[in-house]
This record gives sequence, C-alpha cells and structure tokens, in this order.
Amino acid sequence: MAESDNIVAETAEKIFADLADAQTINRDTKGEWKAPLWQALTEAGLPLSWVSEDCGGSGASLAEGFSVLSAAGRFAIAVPLAETMLAGWLLSQGKIASPDGEMTVVPASPKDKITLNADGSLSGKARSVPFAKAAKHFAVLASDAKGSVSIALVDAAKCRIEAGLGLGGDDSDTVTLDKVQPAELKPAPKGFDQTRLMLMGGVARSLQIAGALESLLEISVRYSNERVAFEKKISKFQAVQHNLARLAGESAAALAAATSAADAVANTKEFNDEVFLEAAAAKIRCAEAAEKGGGIAHQVHGAIGFTSEHILHRYSLRALAWRDDFGSESYWAVELGKLVCDRGADELWPLVASR
Amino acid sequence: MTAALRFDPIRLPEKCEQLRKEVRAFLAEEIAAGTFDPHKPNREDTDVPEFSRKVGAKGWLGMTWPKQYGGHERSFLERYVVTEEMRVANAPTRRFFVADRQSGPVLLKYAPEHIKMDILPRICRGEVCFAIGMSEPNSGSDLFAAKTRATKTDGGYLINGTKIWTSSAHIADYMIAIFRTSPSTKENRRHGLTQFLVKMKQPGIQVNPISQITGQKEFNEVVFTDFFVPDDHVLGEIDGAWKQATSELAYERSGPERFLETYYVLTELVRAVGNNPDTRSAEGIGRLVAQVHTMRRMSVSVAGMLQAGKEPVVEASIVKDIGTVWEQQLPHRVRDLAAFVEETATNRETLEKQLDFAIKTAPKLTIQGGTTEVLRGIIARGLGLR
Repeated sequence: MAESDNIVAETAEKIFADLADAQTINRDTKGEWKAPLWQALTEAGLPLSWVSEDCGGSGASLAEGFSVLSAAGRFAIAVPLAETMLAGWLLSQGKIASPDGEMTVVPASPKDKITLNADGSLSGKARSVPFAKAAKHFAVLASDAKGSVSIALVDAAKCRIEAGLGLGGDDSDTVTLDKVQPAELKPAPKGFDQTRLMLMGGVARSLQIAGALESLLEISVRYSNERVAFEKKISKFQAVQHNLARLAGESAAALAAATSAADAVANTKEFNDEVFLEAAAAKIRCAEAAEKGGGIAHQVHGAIGFTSEHILHRYSLRALAWRDDFGSESYWAVELGKLVCDRGADELWPLVASR
Repeated sequence: MTAALRFDPIRLPEKCEQLRKEVRAFLAEEIAAGTFDPHKPNREDTDVPEFSRKVGAKGWLGMTWPKQYGGHERSFLERYVVTEEMRVANAPTRRFFVADRQSGPVLLKYAPEHIKMDILPRICRGEVCFAIGMSEPNSGSDLFAAKTRATKTDGGYLINGTKIWTSSAHIADYMIAIFRTSPSTKENRRHGLTQFLVKMKQPGIQVNPISQITGQKEFNEVVFTDFFVPDDHVLGEIDGAWKQATSELAYERSGPERFLETYYVLTELVRAVGNNPDTRSAEGIGRLVAQVHTMRRMSVSVAGMLQAGKEPVVEASIVKDIGTVWEQQLPHRVRDLAAFVEETATNRETLEKQLDFAIKTAPKLTIQGGTTEVLRGIIARGLGLR
C-alpha cells in the first residue's frame, strides 16, 4: 500500500527507500547505514514529528506521525524513530521542549514503575527499553507517593544501562534510575497516566507490525511467483495460494486494527473506554497477526527464509519482537477483558459498536 | 505493491448513531411485546411476517434504493447499522433479509421497469420473501457445473432440474436463480448461464424441506418440472450471468451477518463470568473482543467502499474468510472459557443451551455464501497468484 496521504509520510517513504534498503542493511555488518539514515530523518524533522515548532519540533499532526510509523514498519527500520517520536510526544504533554538526538521512553512496559522521590529525584528500573543504549535522553513518566504523575526529561548518561538485545536484533535494554535528578520535571496533564503512555506506544507498535506484515505479504507473493518446485511456480499450488490468502487476511486485519486505533487516538479529546478498546484491541490483534502471518511467510519461503542472508527475518522477527513492547497481547487482553466484564454483558455490544 | 489492500478507518456518521438508537428502541419494544426472544437463537419460528412489515414501515428495508421504487436513498453505512443491530438482537429477519441485501439490488440493476415498479416497493414494505437459487445437487460451490436447464419456448422458457440448499424457499415468494441456457464453451467455462426471476408457489415447482443438525428446516430442495418463466423475467444478459452473480456476492460476503451469527454466546459468557473475572476468563474475553472489534472495523470499511461505489471483491472475501472462521471457532472457545464458570451462575443454563445450538450451527458458517476454499482462491487471484 502506498501511503501517500500526506507529505510527511511521503518524505519518510522516500528517505527509507533511499537509505534503508533491506538488502544493503543486511549485508552491512558494521552498521554504517545507520548514521546517514538518522541524519536524513533528522534533517526532515521526522524524529520530532509530534513536537510543536516552538518546542523545536516539526509540529506534524498525530495522524501524520502515525502514517510515518506505518511506513517505518513497512521498511522494518531499526533506528529509534518511533521511540524518539514517542518521547517527544510525551515531553510535549508536560510542555517540555525536546532536545536534539535519539530519545526513548521510560518505562516501556506497563509492569515497570518509576518513582518521583520527595527530593525531586527519580528512582526505579525499566526493562526492555527499546534503544536505551542509543538514546541521549529519556522521556520519563513517574509517579510520586501520592500517585501524582509527572513527566521528566532525563540525561541518559545519568542512568545505569544494561545492554540487551530483543528478538529482532535491536537494542532492548534495562534502565536503572538511582535517585537521578531530571534535567526538567513537569506535572502531567490531568488524567494522563501510565496506561495512556502504554496505549500510545502500543498503537505505534501496532502500526509498525501492520507495516511489516504488508511487506511480508509482498515479499512472499513475489517469491512464490519466482520459485519453481515440482516443475511449477509454487504460486500455482493451491495449498500455497491458500496460505498466502491467509497471510493477506492477517495483514489486512492488522492494518485495519492499527489504522483504526491510530485514527481513534488522533481524533479524540477524551481517552475513554472506546479509545481504550481501539488501542488495546489493535495491540492484541496485531500481535496475533504477527505470529500467524510471520509463520506463513517463512513457510512460503522454505528454508531460504530461515537464513540470515535473506531479508525475511528483518520483517518477521521485528514484527514478533514488537509484540512485547508497551504491553504484550496477553497483558492487554486481560485488561480489556476486565474492562468488558466490569461494564457487564449488556454493555459489550454498545462498546464494540461505538463508532 | 502486489497486494494493495486498503481498510480505511471509516467512521459511522452522526446520523447513524441516531438511527442506532431508534433501531434499539424498536427492538426493545418488540422484545417486550413478545415478538421474539433475543436469548433464543434456536427458535423454529424465524419467519415472522408481521415483524417484517413493521421493519418495512420503519423505513429500514431498501434503505439505499431510489425513492421511486419505495426506497429511502440512505447510505450503506446507515443500512449497516440496522443490519448489525438486528443480528445482535437475534431478530427474526429471515423473511426480508435476502431480498433487502441481495435480490433487490439485482432487480434494480437488471429487471425491466414494470417488474421493478411491481416488486421493489413490496420488498420495501416487508411483504415479500426471496430465495437464491444457485447451488444444485452435486455442484454446490461449483456454479459452472449448474445443469438445471431453461429451454426457449413461446414467450418464455421452460425450466427443468433441481436447486438445493436453498434457504427460505419454503416461504419465499420469489427466487432469483441461475439456469443453463446454453452449454459452456471450451474457451469459456463460465458461458451459458442466465439469471431469472422465478415466481414461487406455482405449479411446476415442488419445494422439499431438508432438516438440519440444529433441528431447523431452513434449507430446501426445489424441483422444477416444465416450469414456465416469461421472457420479461430474464435478468440481464442471456448466457452472461456469471459476472452478475459474482458482483452480487460482494454484498453477501462482507456484512456484519458474516461474523455475528454466533456472537450471542460471547455476550452470555460475559454475563456468566460476572464483574470480577479470573485472569484466564479476562484474557480469553479480551482476545475475543479484540478480534470481533477488528472484524467489525474491516466490515465497516468495506461498507464504506460500497458506499463509494467500489466493488471490493477481494476485501469482501477477506472479511468473509476471517469472519466466518472466527464465528465458527467462537462457540468452541466460549465453551472452553466457560469450563470453570460456577454451576450457580444465573444464566448458566441459558449459556449452555445457546452453546449447544451455536456448536451445531458452526459447521455451516464457512460454507454458506462461498466456502472458505473458494474465497481463498478469490483472494489468491487478487494477489496475482492465478
């Protein structure tokens, strides 16, 4: 799908096409592709899409930023673009200007909590923080003893970072804050809480997963039309066709769920149950689609897709890895199930049919 | 990109929400009056003529059709809302649903003016019931193999042969059917089929009911013996029904009825589990809700494409494939999740009765309206694989 709805997404597409070619990246063992890609993204103002112009960003709308993330997913790019966008967005919620360079958000899991101490310092541990090692700053969400929520800009050098690697081969690190004094600290807007941050991150990841699935479908269809086995193109075998039709279905479901959630988040003033359903459902359904769809893509490719030389893993493993960030599908399923049960049986359909 | 699938996040406009309220209020009144019981999807009396007339009087039939034929010139999205509210309430829509969804649009496109003026306003009033005559014994999903012949005679055609799996034929006033008017050619297996409007309840037609494993008798075998159809009852092109029949199917494949047929068991599970679910129940319910929400977003998106005048054949097939597989698995999943529900839960008995019926219903869901295998073939074609 060519996402040419807006100029911001078009710019992103062009940069990815020029500087994030999957084959080139796959062959580059030294990571030399990263710096020029990040530089081009920065020059285009994309990492700070969601930061207003007076705070040093490019002031794109939420919808425009979301379409950048769809494109980033289609290219399965492995630089902290989504993370920096989310960090800039979070800082903006606290009216904190964004600094230059790579950022990420802390925490990145609903289970981890960061505490704001009485002396204004921050403490806590956050696991599986994407690109923490690469980030120069963290956008941190913390709560004090009374439960008041604050947003902070923290210098990454002041935190302890234990390097880790996620399933997709990208940095996924543990960040420990031991009475760290933030560079800036502001109260979060009324009603803003960690759930809201996790759902925003979840929508970002859903769009990335859906994008990766679109590419998995495209790559698999193309391969099935090239590969000959038993004297026929494998695309002519009905069993292969049916597998690819199911992959198309999973890709379509992920796309529909993710774009619907992004649209809901971009056009809401109040973060109510209906928006919660959209965002949580997108993360759940996209994660399921990654599992089913990724499996089919590898099946169609046979053993060749299992090699590190092939580009397939770039998309399949990232789609699988993204399932875990900002709450896994099991986590959100439990939360959504509790919400549905709390509302009661007769309120289920009105919730589903709310928009 | 090879596969340019689009499922834009179409939102139902404000007037749909007003309409939804009206439909819910109407259905609540009908339930209170005893017209139907929403907790009994397994009732035998799914044909309720007075309910059809009331729905017609509300202006909820032929909603998208031109006013000159009794229609209401409303949007597909408004029609969508009415359909899903009726489905979720288990309303007795059998008598009017096929005519409203499929047969009316076919007549609008292909019938001569005097037939449109005669039949369409009556559909809009909820007075007529339609059946669809496609499958035949030993042909099923393979429409090319249809053998029932229409032989040219003075002023019309004589029909001989048998249609089967015909829902509602026992109560239908009309059937839109495809018959063979010439043999298929070697170059074109699709050639030779013609679409006809058949007036039921006449000599030359015998309708034999077929019992289903649910205990209902919705299906029928319809036998034609020298049955006369006049010339002006030919719909569209002689020998060219194939394309007509396939474009008709986009309407049949993407609607909310294609993932909500067993939805009631999910509602009853939530009722049985209560307000404080354990982790297992909460997770199971959460996943099912995420899945149904996603399918609904896809289905609304296709309704938006129909509204925009597109023919989303591949997208509709995807919605039907995912939707019917889901509604088929749903009762089994609910049964599994309900395993630890307290025996004393207030609606345990209702839930079990509904599960019994839904599990019996499930096997047909991936067959009706195009089998999963046929749909996946259509999707594969859309992907450029064949």
